[in-house]
Amino acid sequence: MAIEKTTREKVEAGLARRHRKEALFRVVGMLATVVGVLFLGIFFATLVAKGSTAFKQTFVQLDITLEADVLAPGGTLDLGYADFDGLVRSALGKQFPEVTARADRRQLYRLVSVGASYALRDLIEKNPALLGTTQSLWVPASSDVDMLIKGNIDSNVDESLRTLSDQQIGWVTRLAARGRVESRFNKALFTNGDSRDPELAGVKGAVVGSFYMLLVTITLSFPIGVAAAIYLEEFAPRSRLSDLIEVNINNLAAVPSIVFGLLGLAVFIDWMALPRSAPLVGGLVLTLLTLPVIIIASRAAIQAVPPSIREAALGIGASNTQVVVHHVLPLAMPGMLTGAIIGMSRALGESAPLLMIGMVAFIVDVPGSLTDPATALPVQIYLWADSPERAFAERTSAAIIVLLGFLLLMNFAAVVLRKRMERKW
Amino acid sequence: MTTMTESITDNPPPQAPVPNDGRQRDRAEGIVLSEYPRQETELGGKTIGKISCENPFMVVEDVNVYYGDNHAIRNVSLEIAKKEVIALIGPSGCGKSTFLRCLNRMNDSIESARVTGKIMLDGQDIYAKEQDPVALRARVGMVFQKPNPFPKSVYDNVAYGPRIHGLAGDRAELDAIVHSSLERAGLLKEVKDRLDEPGTSLSGGQQQRLCIARTIAVNPEIILMDEPCSALDPIATARIEDLMDELCEDYAIVIVTHSMQQAARVSRRVAYFHLGLLVEVDETNKIFTNPQHKLTEDYITGRIG
Ligand SMILES: Nc1ncnc2c1ncn2[C@@H]1O[C@H](COP(=O)(O)OP(=O)(O)O)[C@@H](O)[C@H]1O
Ligand SMILES: [Mg+2]
Repeated sequence: MAIEKTTREKVEAGLARRHRKEALFRVVGMLATVVGVLFLGIFFATLVAKGSTAFKQTFVQLDITLEADVLAPGGTLDLGYADFDGLVRSALGKQFPEVTARADRRQLYRLVSVGASYALRDLIEKNPALLGTTQSLWVPASSDVDMLIKGNIDSNVDESLRTLSDQQIGWVTRLAARGRVESRFNKALFTNGDSRDPELAGVKGAVVGSFYMLLVTITLSFPIGVAAAIYLEEFAPRSRLSDLIEVNINNLAAVPSIVFGLLGLAVFIDWMALPRSAPLVGGLVLTLLTLPVIIIASRAAIQAVPPSIREAALGIGASNTQVVVHHVLPLAMPGMLTGAIIGMSRALGESAPLLMIGMVAFIVDVPGSLTDPATALPVQIYLWADSPERAFAERTSAAIIVLLGFLLLMNFAAVVLRKRMERKW
Repeated sequence: MTTMTESITDNPPPQAPVPNDGRQRDRAEGIVLSEYPRQETELGGKTIGKISCENPFMVVEDVNVYYGDNHAIRNVSLEIAKKEVIALIGPSGCGKSTFLRCLNRMNDSIESARVTGKIMLDGQDIYAKEQDPVALRARVGMVFQKPNPFPKSVYDNVAYGPRIHGLAGDRAELDAIVHSSLERAGLLKEVKDRLDEPGTSLSGGQQQRLCIARTIAVNPEIILMDEPCSALDPIATARIEDLMDELCEDYAIVIVTHSMQQAARVSRRVAYFHLGLLVEVDETNKIFTNPQHKLTEDYITGRIG
């Protein structure tokens, strides 16, 4: 009885300290979570604040007369040579008839983007019957005007330090007063490839490039990774060699990604003579990069399958292959998918190895196949972040938002897939 | 319910002064084998009693099993007849499971395990080069200590064996096999309307009967059971014991058990293992009423494990 009492007393004496420790533990954990969420919040807030304006673009309304003798001088229309630019200019001139001096007119023409004449060409190409009529069209303003409308150009700053002169600002103000300036959804951001003119630059080329690369990566790395993991776990005899392979795979997962880029340059481009800047080569390099991640995750998933299930299957006469295909694979698949999605996320965000294989080139066209020159989203972000124009700053943030959206979509797909495959034990 | 209680009280072990199962197992973990002089456990490899039987179906001759340097089974010879139930008893770690797993070559998947000697099934050496373990395991089924249904439906659990061995020609035939197997495992009534539910959603006892149904679905000739009731409550245990009584009309059953009562109730012969040696094997009655070896006597009277 006496002993029991002292034991009880001892336990109770320590209770307060235990509770204190538990509370401390909880608080520390909560703090860590709060800090993490806070950083994430700041990151998203700045990104959205900087990038959201890029989804809008300033347009100017012009009444353009599609004169037949300008566009088709000899009676035949040649879209490649037709002077759409001249039509846009004269339409702009009509808005300000008092501007006659050559220098002033040149300043005036800078208010509208070269995209205006592209739009005109597309219009005529689609509907040649419009030749000879006058159309009231909304055409993209130049990026300087866009910046002015978005409030990024301060008219109080000394004129020589601005990209727009007082005179130009005056014209824009008058155009706006006539209701001919409007902010509209920036479709070009999603339908165009890269461009030297920020108002025409879009992420489509980079998105398609990234998509092609990931397509190559997932179709190669997932089957190869899973097959390697199955072989190593289920069939390979334990030996020095298999230990060595295991150590190497683990180390490979930690190799800096630029090394894979160098390897890709040496093997795929120099030796195998695959085209430079192509999503095919990018995908191959990213496959090398993600393989170790997928193998490691898949092996862990296979190891997590309870041995009792294997024994059950072996016990009624399933062969090793049947055990793997019927039982181990279905049970390990969610874990393998998790590994694949981690690998893919990493691949999507990689830029360093892509620089080594020439995917950093300035490419306007949207790639149409695996061997067309292309860039990838992270490289596009890097390129735009490096550009001096003010308008590229907001596009950089917008591209990051698109990249995150891409990532989110991928993760969502993985979660849905995993939910479908997961089974109750 | 009545049959169950009957089977518990029915056929009490002939004057077996056995303490309850739980206590025995606890003692088995901390068994003080050092109290027994080594010479006595060595026995010179001689098994007391009758290792042979009439019409032997499976013949084990001089089998040794090594796990690396650990000599887990020493010179064991034993004959098993058709349609008999033989119980393997002995303290923990004496090699009962190891011996059992030799009989369907489950030890093949353990890399460190090495088996020597000869095991004949119906006149064929099961360790012969040309013997495919897959075909062997279709003839020698196994039920494990912990119920281990596949994470699939009840139906698919039972249908798995027939499917991989191609036993059913069409869906109707497969249905028939599944139903009769569940019926014989005494589970059909309980799961008739739940064939599509996962096998893992059943209770522990039902899961173990599902595993038995899964095993008999491939119609084996011998069923090996490694402590099939040790994870079950007494009522579920009684149901499985009833089931064994019925199954032994068609199959030979080799069962490892820690429960003296169970051995006495279900088996015709009992084999007592000690430190990898088969010490004594004889008719169940004889072992429990008149054990020849001191180790056997000490074990069944509860003096060791
Ligand atoms: N997979 C294994 N690897 C190595 N040694 C094992 C393995 N399984 C069992 N053993 C050893 O073999 C001996 C017999 O074990 P086991 O057959 O499981 O005994 P029992 O089933 O009678 O309790 C023990 O000494 C045990 O440590
Ligand atoms: Mg055991």
